[in-house]
Amino acid sequence: MLSIVEKDLGTPARAGTELVTLTIDGKEIAVPAGTSVMRAAALADVQVPRLCATDQLEAFGSCRLCLVQIEGMKGLPASCTTPVAQGMKVSTQNKQIADIRRGVMELYISDHPLDCLTCPANGHCELQDMAGVVGLREVRYGYDGANHLAAQKDESNPYFTFDPSKCIVCSRCVRACDERQSTLALTIQGRGFGSTVAASQDVSFMDSECVSCGACVQACPTATLTEKSVIEKGQAEHSIITTCAYCGVGCSFRAEMKGEEVVRMVPNMDGHANHGHSCVKGRFAIGYATHKDRILKPMIRAKISDPWREVSWEEAISHAASELKRIQAKYGRNSIGGITSSRCTNEETYLVQKLIRAGFGNNNVDTCARVCHSPTGYGLKNTIGESAGTQNFDSVMKADVIFVIGANPTDGHPVFASMMKRRLRQGAKLIVADPRRIDLVRTPHIDAVYHLKLRPGTNVALLDSLAHVIVTEGLVKEDFVRARCELPAFEKWRDFVSEARNSPEAMESITGVPAAMVRGAARLYATGGNGAIFYGLGVTEHSQGSTAVMGIANLAMATANIGKEGVGVNPLRGQNNVQGSCDMGSFPHEFPGYRHVADDAVRGSFEKDWGLELQSEPGLRIPNMFEAALDGEFKGLYLEGEDIAQSDPNTQHVTAALTSMECVVVQDLFLNETPKFAHVFLPGSSFLEKDGTFTNAERRISLVRKTMKSKSGYADWEITQLLSNAMGFPMNYKHPSEIMDEIARLTPTFTGVSFARLEEMGSIQWPCNPEHPNGTPTMHVGQFVRGKGKFLVTEYVPTEEKVNARYPLILTTGRILSQYNVGAQTRRTENSQWHDEDRLEIHPHDAEERGIEQDDWVGIASRAGDTVLRAKVTDRMQPGVVYTTFHFPESGANVITTDNSDWATNCPEYKVTAVQVTRVNQPSEWQKRFREFSETQEELLRQADATLAAK
Amino acid sequence: MSQAQNAGGGAAHRTDGGEQLVKMANDIGRFFRAEPVREDAVAGIASHMGKYWTKRMRDKLRAYLAQAGADGGLEELPREAFQRLEPR
Repeated sequence: MLSIVEKDLGTPARAGTELVTLTIDGKEIAVPAGTSVMRAAALADVQVPRLCATDQLEAFGSCRLCLVQIEGMKGLPASCTTPVAQGMKVSTQNKQIADIRRGVMELYISDHPLDCLTCPANGHCELQDMAGVVGLREVRYGYDGANHLAAQKDESNPYFTFDPSKCIVCSRCVRACDERQSTLALTIQGRGFGSTVAASQDVSFMDSECVSCGACVQACPTATLTEKSVIEKGQAEHSIITTCAYCGVGCSFRAEMKGEEVVRMVPNMDGHANHGHSCVKGRFAIGYATHKDRILKPMIRAKISDPWREVSWEEAISHAASELKRIQAKYGRNSIGGITSSRCTNEETYLVQKLIRAGFGNNNVDTCARVCHSPTGYGLKNTIGESAGTQNFDSVMKADVIFVIGANPTDGHPVFASMMKRRLRQGAKLIVADPRRIDLVRTPHIDAVYHLKLRPGTNVALLDSLAHVIVTEGLVKEDFVRARCELPAFEKWRDFVSEARNSPEAMESITGVPAAMVRGAARLYATGGNGAIFYGLGVTEHSQGSTAVMGIANLAMATANIGKEGVGVNPLRGQNNVQGSCDMGSFPHEFPGYRHVADDAVRGSFEKDWGLELQSEPGLRIPNMFEAALDGEFKGLYLEGEDIAQSDPNTQHVTAALTSMECVVVQDLFLNETPKFAHVFLPGSSFLEKDGTFTNAERRISLVRKTMKSKSGYADWEITQLLSNAMGFPMNYKHPSEIMDEIARLTPTFTGVSFARLEEMGSIQWPCNPEHPNGTPTMHVGQFVRGKGKFLVTEYVPTEEKVNARYPLILTTGRILSQYNVGAQTRRTENSQWHDEDRLEIHPHDAEERGIEQDDWVGIASRAGDTVLRAKVTDRMQPGVVYTTFHFPESGANVITTDNSDWATNCPEYKVTAVQVTRVNQPSEWQKRFREFSETQEELLRQADATLAAK
Repeated sequence: MSQAQNAGGGAAHRTDGGEQLVKMANDIGRFFRAEPVREDAVAGIASHMGKYWTKRMRDKLRAYLAQAGADGGLEELPREAFQRLEPR
């Protein structure tokens, strides 16, 4: 069912400047060439009946309702499949057409349940609408003939039902799965009257390869595919456009509401990042926002072994502030700090860093980007001049060669992956560099030209060998380099990569990738037309994460694949607002807009605006905070929406640091892992409960709109403001728009951004300032942000995390489509039906050597710790490499990962941990202690509830 | 760090803070090792440590090196770079 408010024009828009003028029912209209007669009619406010057509899908011409008469043309062509022509004269209504339409509808209705009043689509059913439009008054055939009314309902999917008795076989669901999602999970099986929609080989939706993106549900004109939430709650009465709080794609959604209750999330057709598409998380997995585990009252306790005590907001804030001030008085100004969250809005993140820099009086602020994309910021800033991706997502539709390295878009960034797959099916060539055979390597109608199955930890070696080929085979775009880049730096880099030690042949023993494949991939990227690189945490989360990002930028500059559409360096940022949290000055050395705290002019501008002197020394990064805590010098921490006890590496190191602190203040939705070590809990708000903005991976700033009042009483920005006021640094914002105004006032790349402009434009890609008044979809056009692009020498330095006889395998980690990061949100939804535990993926050879079979419990031991998971034996792994996700805290994936980190940013080396795997029959010692500790903490929480109940 | 202090359970794997800083400095040094002009490499390392390290980290490394004897494990390039960073 389409959104309750959006208008459907029947067939997709056509781009182009050539206009064609025609007349429809006497109305003259000019539309771009290639537009269908149906769409032209809709634009002229002439409604042509239709069932199989929707402007989200290419025309199909099967339902025969949209027949029209066109002067000079034989017969009655389907308006959906007939393109406009200059001077065309169209009639959409006459008796012959009316009779045919009524006859068609009569056939449809003769095989359709007549339960409109109790049908969930009642009032928004296109079949019902069309019956009314064509004036159907009787069904001459009766209802006793052959029909599908007894067809079995499929309710296997947790979020939607498939009721074939209501199906009109219009193929919209099949085409949505094909054209929009690119999964091709659905088909029409059988012929003629026996045609039915089937998932995969006629199995249930849950057993099929359906990824539950919801495109079919949205496309369905009847109640055949319907959200269970609509069946349960009825249809919404209003909708509010907002931005998804999951991954860095930043999809725009219409939250369809009944009062303050969300009925369903519908991807916004006008969404600039997602164009009306969605994934299983953003569309369906929002149940966490109203989950019973939400903590809605502030709580405090003196020690983490004490029961929680529910208190008023005033008491909680006052207690937190007095404790933080006490610690500073006792241990010094630098003994406290804070961590901002990529889950929170730009405005909230900005306020937290402001509180720390101005209210705490130090620069001890960091963010979860530390553990994901901090190398992106560093690597891109130093080569091309700006800490952000260079393109918009739509740019991929003009790419000829797509190079995906260290990213798994179909799981991590599914909506963008669908767009990428559309382009690949149009003929773009694909290169994948990944230790695993990710789904993208071979999927329907897509086959990577090269899968460079490198060993974990050797990205830089691979990138250098690709560069070697490009340089030594004369594939450098010399004109571009001479005009756009610093020549001495280029020459230094050219000489470096030309060395024989960087050749694919020399690097083959390190990367494990056959030299011929590297040569082929390099040639394809450099000469195949527009080359676009997409990368993720498989690049950044390494000891050479920043070096690899520089290596990617070097490749793009050398081949002129930057500064125009269809090319570029595209980091696929992990979380919804990780770009924004970095932009907002969350790093300890940078103010908003990536400007160093030691820059007197920049610091002076903030001092003037905020009315106090600020520190010029960089503050502590997250791992430095842990070190300082264990040294007894760092005693207080304010965390906004961050779960470091699960997400950060070497869990035991993190929890020891937390345990050593005297006041840990956590602002979150749930009692996650970190709050179990906290002394103050401030209940936060979900994205549905506040206003603000998120910035996605393409630098696109989008509005987050409040759909309901905060369940805990305050939005997160209000809580930070309360804490700041209690700390003695006044804040008095009435609305997040005022915070954005301040950001714009102080940040050169944001000067043109305001809530009013976002309302007007829908979204804005920064920089947005007098030079780029409407934002910047493509960066570095004409010249790089830093002036000339700078090639940097990127020597491969092997990680110190070595395999040996004791730890012979390499563990790498990642995430899966249905779950999201630490799982705090998705584990509290039905998404766990797809993935209810983290598994260890292991190659059959490695499994056999260890006597491990499918589903066996296996112990995974590293130099940092050990844990136990069940095995998944799969040949998508290469021998010697094992893999797991980290969505469940009891899995202890980060008990195993080590303190090794990127040389430049200290981003942890999650992707390379030497381990041994053995069959076991009981949980690890850590897991036993974890379980005991968690049970104790949950009991301490229950005691708080009991105390309140007794009052 | 005793186990009792780590409420989450388990012993925290931890090197002495000074050793960790030496490792971090050496990691930075290894990036700049390929720089053909030695002076550029040393300046690059010094600039990086100046821009991203806190005063506490620099003071701690200085103290560690003073008591560690020999070079304290700090490699040549970062050692030279670090000497250029005056105590602030």
